[in-house]
Amino acid sequence: MNATPDPEAPVDAAFLRRWLDTAASVMEREASRLTELDSPIGDADHGTNMRRGFLAARTAVEQEPPQTPGGVLVLVGRTLISTVGGASGPLYGTLLRRAGKDLGEEQAVPAARLRDGLRAGVDGVAALGGAVPGDKTMLDALLPALDALTGALDAGGGAADALAAAAAAADEGAKATIPLRARKGRASYLGERSIGHQDPGATSSALLIAALADTAREDG
Amino acid sequence: MKMLINVAENVVADALRGFAAAHPELTVDIERRVIVRRGAPYEGKVGLVSGGGSGHEPLHGGFVGKGMLDAACPGEVFTSPVPDQMVRAAAAVDSGAGVLFIVKNYTGDVLNFQMAAELAEDEGVQVVSVLVDDDVAVTDSLYTAGRRGTGATLFVEKIAGAAAEEGAPLDRVAALARQVNSASRSFGVALSACSTPAKGGPTFDLPDGELELGVGIHGEPGRERRAMMTSGEIADVTVEAVVSDLNPDGPVLVLVNGMGATPLLELYGFNAEVQRALAERRIPVARTLVGNYVTSLDMAGASVTICQVDEELLRLWDAPVSTPGLRWGC
Repeated sequence: MNATPDPEAPVDAAFLRRWLDTAASVMEREASRLTELDSPIGDADHGTNMRRGFLAARTAVEQEPPQTPGGVLVLVGRTLISTVGGASGPLYGTLLRRAGKDLGEEQAVPAARLRDGLRAGVDGVAALGGAVPGDKTMLDALLPALDALTGALDAGGGAADALAAAAAAADEGAKATIPLRARKGRASYLGERSIGHQDPGATSSALLIAALADTAREDG
Repeated sequence: MKMLINVAENVVADALRGFAAAHPELTVDIERRVIVRRGAPYEGKVGLVSGGGSGHEPLHGGFVGKGMLDAACPGEVFTSPVPDQMVRAAAAVDSGAGVLFIVKNYTGDVLNFQMAAELAEDEGVQVVSVLVDDDVAVTDSLYTAGRRGTGATLFVEKIAGAAAEEGAPLDRVAALARQVNSASRSFGVALSACSTPAKGGPTFDLPDGELELGVGIHGEPGRERRAMMTSGEIADVTVEAVVSDLNPDGPVLVLVNGMGATPLLELYGFNAEVQRALAERRIPVARTLVGNYVTSLDMAGASVTICQVDEELLRLWDAPVSTPGLRWGC
């Protein structure tokens, strides 16, 4: 599994397994911060739920390692749906399952192909949750990340640089949810009082994109 | 915050073990988190399945039994259950007459039950879902996830459960559930925040001397904070909120529901004020239920739910029920 990645198609099953290891460690490390963010405008469980889901996903992938990048994403998505609960389970599960299905049976893909898969996943999230940009949801991190990824790849950037740009945009997007008023999910019940708090879902989305960037950088 | 627990991660599993020990008349799958009425599926009977985050006990597991739910799916604390649980519950209670999902209107519950309904139908179970959204504190439904499901859940589960027990078909049971929901309104007040085991402390700050109006059942703050009021003043605000939204022109069921940490002594006193406020508005009360039924962990406070009933709904409300949380006529 430690073969040198193809520079033209760096995203293979091993790449996404390394991403999953990083993501699971990040969720473990950041669980209390995510739960803290979820307290004033949600129900104080986002970190706990994401940690449970990603640890279960890591175990599932270790037990029966899928051989394609699509296979890894589909298995992670399915496991999140079965273990996270709340709105995050179906939403993150749909994001990764759709992305994985879009990648199909391909053995290794370039970053632009991963971007297409993620776009399919983000479309799935938008359809399921019914949110639009500015509603103070995970889309407010994911959509800027996709745009930045596309921009960097179009400009001829490599996978690692493009994913780093995506991670920066996701982080900025998450921070930009602070002045927004929530219109979806449990935070929406607070109305004006949801203003001034960073959205926990946008924050965890930014962490997952950052984990992708870290994985690509370590490969580089 | 001191809690009567071992470790936070295991509170739901520990509670299910104790629930199973106390209620041998129910089948409790602790591992997979499904509570099923023993003997299910019942020949020709529509199966009723509900579920939601834990922390609202006795809702929903405490309402499994004769005349109410056939199965309940408890999630983590304040977290909706996952689709696997509802798929398993549906399979366990379907006699071929179909299954009704009773879903409180929260994004997580709605999404997980929606996924479960699709998966159960793939397995050949006919599923109809009914949303409960009775909380009038959510005013601008257009810009929010919509009104929350709270106290009316008990009315829906009891009345639809009674109809299913009598052998009503799935479309009829679903229609009754929707009728009860659309005839019900709730409004809640918190005197203190609740503490989740995961956080180990209060989920929001509510200073002494203040109360939170229009609070939800997940420790989410309400929409307005005021200086502490008397029971009579709280009853006036609460009754006005539900009555002005429902405009009942007939008798109502009344649920005066404790949030978990308010003593029954106070709840009965509050009920006296609720009855007074309803009488002042010339609204006849058919039946009243006072107690802790749709709770929010250790939150102090109460909610009021009213449901306008016709003779049929009242007859189904009075029908025998035998569950851990609600029991009469059996």
